[in-house]
Amino acid sequence: MNYKGIPFGPPRASQFAPEVDALFLFELAISAFAVLGIFMTIVYFAIRYRRRSEDEVPPKTGQHYAIEAIWSIVPFSLMLVMFFWGAGLYSKMKRPAPYAVEIHVIGKQWMWKFEHTDGIREINQLHIPINQPVKLIMASQDVIHDFFVPAFRVKQDIVPGSYVTEWFIPTRTGEFRFFCSQYCGTDHSRMAGSVIVMEPSDYQAWHAGVLPSEPPAAAGQKLFTTYGCIACHGQRAPTLAGLYNSRVQLQDGSVVVADENYLRRSILDPTNQIVAGFPPIMPSYRGQLSEEQLFQLISYIKSLQPVANVSGKELTEPSTRPAPADQPSIIPNFPPAESPYPIVPPQRHQGEPPNPFGGK
Amino acid sequence: MTTVPYIPAPPREKTLDYLNHDYRLSSWLLTRDHKRIAILFMISITIMFFVGGIAATLIRLSLLSPDSWLLRSETYNKMFTIHGVIMVWFFLIPSVPNVLGNFFLPIMIGARDLAFPRLNLASWYLYMIGAVFTLMALILGGVDTGWTFYTPYSSSFSNTHVVMVVVGVFIAGFSTIMTAMNFIVTTHTMRCPGMTWFRLPLFVWGIYATSLIQILATPILAITLALLGVERIWRIGIFDPSVGGDPVLFQHMFWFYSHPAVYIMILPGMAVESELITCFSRKHPFGYVFIAFSSLAIAMLSFLVWAHHMFVAGMSIYAGMTFSLLSMMVAVPSAIKVFNWTATLYKGSVSLQTPMLYALGFIGLFTMGGLTGVMLATLAIDVHVHDTYFIIAHFHYIMVGGMVMAYLGGIHYWWPKMTGRMYNEWWGKLSAIIIFIGFNLTFFPQYILGYLGMPRRYHYYPPEFQFWNVLSSAGASILAVGYVLPLVYLLLSLRYGKRVGPNPWRATGLEWKTSSPPPEHNFEEIPVVTHEPYAYYLELPEMKEETQDE
Repeated sequence: MNYKGIPFGPPRASQFAPEVDALFLFELAISAFAVLGIFMTIVYFAIRYRRRSEDEVPPKTGQHYAIEAIWSIVPFSLMLVMFFWGAGLYSKMKRPAPYAVEIHVIGKQWMWKFEHTDGIREINQLHIPINQPVKLIMASQDVIHDFFVPAFRVKQDIVPGSYVTEWFIPTRTGEFRFFCSQYCGTDHSRMAGSVIVMEPSDYQAWHAGVLPSEPPAAAGQKLFTTYGCIACHGQRAPTLAGLYNSRVQLQDGSVVVADENYLRRSILDPTNQIVAGFPPIMPSYRGQLSEEQLFQLISYIKSLQPVANVSGKELTEPSTRPAPADQPSIIPNFPPAESPYPIVPPQRHQGEPPNPFGGK
Repeated sequence: MTTVPYIPAPPREKTLDYLNHDYRLSSWLLTRDHKRIAILFMISITIMFFVGGIAATLIRLSLLSPDSWLLRSETYNKMFTIHGVIMVWFFLIPSVPNVLGNFFLPIMIGARDLAFPRLNLASWYLYMIGAVFTLMALILGGVDTGWTFYTPYSSSFSNTHVVMVVVGVFIAGFSTIMTAMNFIVTTHTMRCPGMTWFRLPLFVWGIYATSLIQILATPILAITLALLGVERIWRIGIFDPSVGGDPVLFQHMFWFYSHPAVYIMILPGMAVESELITCFSRKHPFGYVFIAFSSLAIAMLSFLVWAHHMFVAGMSIYAGMTFSLLSMMVAVPSAIKVFNWTATLYKGSVSLQTPMLYALGFIGLFTMGGLTGVMLATLAIDVHVHDTYFIIAHFHYIMVGGMVMAYLGGIHYWWPKMTGRMYNEWWGKLSAIIIFIGFNLTFFPQYILGYLGMPRRYHYYPPEFQFWNVLSSAGASILAVGYVLPLVYLLLSLRYGKRVGPNPWRATGLEWKTSSPPPEHNFEEIPVVTHEPYAYYLELPEMKEETQDE
C-alpha cells in the first residue's frame, strides 16, 4: 500500500493480514466518525454559542439521564463487537494448524538463528515456501526478545526459560522484514532480518544449494548417549518413546501434557514435576546444555514413536519411522503427498477447554 | 439584571499576600504554606520537563535518518530511557496534583492549608532527593533499560546505573504517596461549612480519585523496584530465569502499578478540563454527577486492566480475553466524560481565551488517544501494533495531548490567581495553536509508522520508514517552539503583566473569592457555601468583577 513511494500500510503476506486489516479498518472507521463528530460539534457550538457580551449568562441545563444512557450504551455495544471480533481472530493466531512445518528459532543478543528440521541452519534470514503453514518454536538464550513480522501481522515475545510458538501461512512471495520488537539492549535495533517466501520450485532450487548440518533429531540422539540419558530412561526412569504430546501422570496426582515446555523443564529442573511411580533421581542438566543442544535432545525425544511392547531396551531405539537423517532429500517431489517433515501432528487432548469462538 | 456602575479601583496599596510577606530564602525552603510548596514543585518539574525534553529532541534528531547519524546505540538507548523516566515520574505524575492540586485543592474547599503541612514540605524534599539520584545517574553515564526496567535485561544484563535510577524512582514514589494521603485527609476533614460532597468542584473529585490510586498503587512500584534491586545486587532469583526467577512476574508487578499510574497521569488532566470547560462556557457542567462518578469508575477499573500490556508476552488466551474486555470497559467512563464536556458547551457562552483553547485541544487529542487505546485493547490488532510506534503515538496522545495540554491550560487559567498578573493573551493563544499543530504533526505520523511495523526503541530503521520519521521530527521542532514560548511570556508577565483583581475570568469557585494572589492563609475569613458549584445561572455578584487595571 504505497502512494508515490510513501508507504501507508504494510504488505499483506499471510492469511492473518487481510483479517487483521479488516478489523483495523472497521475500528478506524468508527474512530474517525467519532473524532470528526466531536470535532464538528465543538466547532459548531463554539461558533453558535460564542460569547456575545461580557455580561451574558446562559441558563442552566439540567441532568439528562436518557442522553447519558445512550452515550454510555452505544460505545459499550460497539466495543463488544470489537472485542468478540478481535478475540476470535486472536484465538486463531494462538492455535497452529496441525501439520504445520516446525522451525526452531533462537533469539540472542543480537541475532536470530533458525534451524529447520532437516538440519538447514540460517542466521537472520528465513526461507520458506509459499502456502505452507509454519510453526516457529522459539527460545531465547538471554533476555526477552520478540519475533515480529509486520507483513504477516504476527508477533510473540520470547521470554527466556521456556518455549513459545508463533504460526502463520505465507500467502505472497517476496522478502519481508522481521524485527525484534522487545527492547533487548544495545543493538536491539539491529536485531532484524527478513523472511523470504518463495515459490515451491524456487524453494527447491534454494534448498538444493544449501549444505544441511546434521538434523537436530540425529544430533539429539548422540547427546542422548553422551549425557548418559540412555542409562536410565526406560529402566529406572520413565519411558520416552511416544512421550511427546502424551498425558503424563505426576506423583502429586496431577496430569500434564508432555509438550516441548514439559520436556524442557524435565531436563533442566527434573525434581519439579516427578512422574508417578519413579524416584526423583535424575540430576539437573541446567547449565550443561546450550539452547541448541536442548532443542536437539527434545527433537530426538519427539522423534521417538510409541512401541507396542514396552520393555527396557527397545525403548531407546528410534522409531520404525525413519529418523530425519535417513531422509536425505525431501525436496525433489515438493510438495509431497505427505508432510516431508518427521513431525508428529499435535493432537487435541481430552479435557482441553473448547474454543468459545468456534475455532478448531 | 442590574448594571453595576464602573468604580475606579482605589490606588493600590501594598497588601500582604503569600508571595511578599517574607522574601528570605529560608521562608521558601522551610515553608509550610501549600501555595509556596506548589510553587517549589512548579519550578522543579519545569526544570525536569526541559531535561526530559532535551532527551526527546536528541531522539527525534537522531531519527531524521535511518542510519542513526547522530547518536551511538548506547547513547540513543540512554536517551529514550531518561526521557521516559523523567517525564513519567518527575513531570507527569507530579504535574497537576503537586502543583495545581497543592495550590488549589485547599482553597477550593475553603481550607486554610492541607491537613499535614509539614508532610507536604517533606513530600517536596523527597521528590528532590529522588530527582537528584536520577540526574546523578544521568551524569555518571546514564541507564539503558527503558523506563519499564524489563527483567532479566535490567537485573542481569545491563551494565549501566540501574540501581541508582531505581532508588531515585523509589524515593520519588514516597513523595507521591505522602501528597495523596494529604489530599484525601484534607478533602475528608477540612471542607468549609456548607461544602458538601456534591458541592465539591469537579477538580477536587478528580484529584481525590487520583489520590486513591496513588495511595493504593505506588507501594507496589516500591516493592517491584526493591525486588529488582535485590536481584541485581545479590543475585537472588526473582525475575531472572537463569537463577530460578520468572521474567513475566516482573511485568505483572510493574504493570499492576504502571497501568493505574497511567490514570494517575490523566485523571488530574480531566479534573482541570472540567474547570476550564465550565468557566469558559459559563455553564453548569452537563452531567456533574456523571463526570464525578466516572472519575471514580476509572480509578477502580484502572486496577483491573494491567495485563493488556502483556498480550504478546505469552499469557494464556483466556487471560488475554479477560483483560481485553476489561480494558475496553475503561473506555466507557472516559467516553462519558468527553460527551459531557462537549455537551456543556451547548447553549453556553463560549469564549475562546487561551485556557479554553487548551481545553478544546485536550478533548480532541484525548479522544484520539482513547480511541486508539480501544484498538490496542482489541486482541488481534494489539498483536500487530504492540511495541511499535503505534503505542508510542497512542500514549503520547493521552499523556502529552491530554495531560500536558490540560496542565498548560490549568497553568494559564490559574496564573493570574497564583501571581496576581495576567499574561499576554495574544502570545497565549498563538502558542496554544502552535502546540496543537506541532503535536499532531509529531505524533500522527507515528500511528502510521507503527502500523507499518516500525518497532519502538529503534534508531536504525528501514529506509522506507524515513518519510514519516522526518515528518514527525519536523513536527517536534514546531512543538518545541510551542513549549518554550509559554516559559518566556509567563516569566515576562511576572514583571510586565497587567495586575488582576480577584476574579478576572468571572468564574465561580472559592479560589476566585479571595484576592489574587491569595493571602498567606487563603481567606480573610472562612467562606460559607450556600449553593452548588458552577452556579453561573445564579448570577452571583462576585462573578461580576472584571480585571482591574493597575
